[in-house]
This record gives sequence, C-alpha cells and structure tokens, in this order.
Amino acid sequence: MSKAAVSASSAPEQPDAVLELKDPVVAAVLGWLIPGLGHLYQGRTAKGLLFMVCVLSTFCYGLFLSDGRAVYASWADWDYRLPYFCQVGVGLPALPALLQTYLVRGGKAPLMGGMMAPPVTPAELNEWYRTLHRYFDLGTVYTMIAGLLNVLAMYDAWGGPVQLDEQEEKKRTGQQPSPSGT
Amino acid sequence: MPSFVLPLAEINLMWYSVPLIVAISLVYSATRHEAMGPILSHAVRLGLMIAAFMAVIMGVLWLVSLQL
Repeated sequence: MSKAAVSASSAPEQPDAVLELKDPVVAAVLGWLIPGLGHLYQGRTAKGLLFMVCVLSTFCYGLFLSDGRAVYASWADWDYRLPYFCQVGVGLPALPALLQTYLVRGGKAPLMGGMMAPPVTPAELNEWYRTLHRYFDLGTVYTMIAGLLNVLAMYDAWGGPVQLDEQEEKKRTGQQPSPSGT
Repeated sequence: MPSFVLPLAEINLMWYSVPLIVAISLVYSATRHEAMGPILSHAVRLGLMIAAFMAVIMGVLWLVSLQL
C-alpha cells in the first residue's frame, strides 16, 4: 500500500494530508481499462470523474465525428494503422477494434454495424476518406489525444500528482545530514 | 457529413481545437494538483497559454505566407 503526502498548496483544506494511493499498479491498470477508474478505486472521486469525463468525451467525440471509422486496428501491408497505438491508451473503449479486426480477417461480418472495423481493401479505405474527408482525420486526432491523455491519468493514479514528488524530494533533501556532519 | 459536427467549426476549422484545449488543460492540470480549486485555476491559465501560443504561431505563419 503506497502513501504520499499532499502539499498544502494542493489541498488547502487539508494541509499535510496523506494521500492513500492503495495499490498503485492496480490503480494504473484500472485507470487504463476505464479512464478515471483507478482514481475512483483510490477514493479520489473528483479527479477520477474529471479524467473520466475529459478522456471519454474526447474519445467518443472523435469516434462519432468519424462515424466510428477513426478507431481501428490494422497491420495490413497497405494500411499499417499506427494511430491505434495511441488510441488504445483509452483502454476498454478502444479494444473492440481488436475483435473487429479478428472477425474481418477471418472473413466474418463485423459487429456493431462495422464500427471500429478495419477496411478490407484499399478501395474501401479510399472511400472512407472520400466520404468523411476531414472528419476522418479530425476523429483520428481526437481519439489519439484521448489515448495519450489517459496515459497521463494512469501515471497520476500510479504515482500521485507531480507536486507530491517535488514535496517529497524537498523533505528528503531537508532531512539528510550535511556532508560535514554539522 | 457526420451528425456530430460543431456548427461554429463548419465556419472555421480552428474551433475544433477548443474542446481539445479544454480537455488537455484539465487533464494536465489534474496531474499537477490534488484539489479541484488549484486544478481549475491551473487549467484556465494553461488553456489561455496554449491558445495564445497557437495564435502567435498562426500569426507568424500568416506573415510568412505574405512573403510567398
């Protein structure tokens, strides 16, 4: 179980309060699965809800802006979908793309009306660009940023706010005896 | 056209940056503080800084484009 001291400027209502991080690894994994869930697990409800709303709304808006096409996993020679590595930072909401890829590559029909399914041919991908044009790229940007923001949120669930590190460092250096022993 | 477009952004695409700036500012600020008050005040400052930075870059690019 990990604890961290909260600086007075971070929590003015509770100076020198101790922040209970519980199991930071579990919190980070939960925070990856559902943005903000790691903080809710730690009892940091307000921040958990803030992360959840910010990350999920950004992700969902990007997804719907592109009609569900911007998030998909593809490793085809003609379409190596690198943005998915950022998008998957959102966790569970981006994982249906893997199932859709498995279904499509196996010759089966994708679920959910083809949302998050990869294009089968280059012509289909071209058709997406033709019909969605800028919305496809905008959706890709929104969903990528949502995934990357969730990485920040996961780090916060794992280690606490950055300011805590600074305060702990000050305490640590302040407690060390001077080299001269005075 | 998808049904979730921002009406203002159909006039100028830069409006699509506003939701992103808000989300980025809030999430980044939340990683720096624990209480809501400091998070929100930091987010406002950061959002304005990002918008100002983007405006400066846009101005520079506009000036450069005049020389082309």
